[in-house]
Amino acid sequence: MDAIVVVLVVAGLIFFAGGTVGILRFPDFYSRLHPAGKLDTAGSLLAMTGLAIFNLFPLSVESVLTSLKIVLVVVIVFLASPTATHAIVDAGVRAGLEPWTKKEGKP
Amino acid sequence: MEGFFLGAALTLGFLMLLSLYRGIFGPTVLDRLLGVNAIGSKTTVLLVIIGILYKRVDMFVDISLAYALLNFIAVLAASRYFHKRKGLGGSSG
Repeated sequence: MDAIVVVLVVAGLIFFAGGTVGILRFPDFYSRLHPAGKLDTAGSLLAMTGLAIFNLFPLSVESVLTSLKIVLVVVIVFLASPTATHAIVDAGVRAGLEPWTKKEGKP
Repeated sequence: MEGFFLGAALTLGFLMLLSLYRGIFGPTVLDRLLGVNAIGSKTTVLLVIIGILYKRVDMFVDISLAYALLNFIAVLAASRYFHKRKGLGGSSG
């Protein structure tokens, strides 16, 4: 069972690392929202699932309830993260931020 | 297994430092908000890992839940506050 935990947590860390590299390297604000919104949510799901499985053993009522609470954190992140990303995009559009395009005159 | 979780926590801390670059030097205010949001979503995972390392998961899960809600409310309120400003700064704006 430890192998499953290691695989899930490492996969979550890989998603987090990809999201961080995307935040650092994408050219403008709107494209930076793409890794920030998606990859953080996916990394949070994978890592939290691994931690919940690790917390489940040895089996008892208390550990099952704690693992359910960890899953509840993931549910809240899945509801909150797209809403927050949408709010940031809305603020950018209303403030008149221009999206990045390929410059005119270059092939 | 303890060493693995310690390494995962250190990796998460390093990734949070990298996200902090966007939080400090981001060209617009909304870039900074985005970096802080990314740090917050990493912190929820980091708090559960800290709870496993201290063998007090039942307490730290509550802190993680509260942190996720607080991060959401903070980003929502700040983006509602900034959407009235024209020209948030930055080179392309």
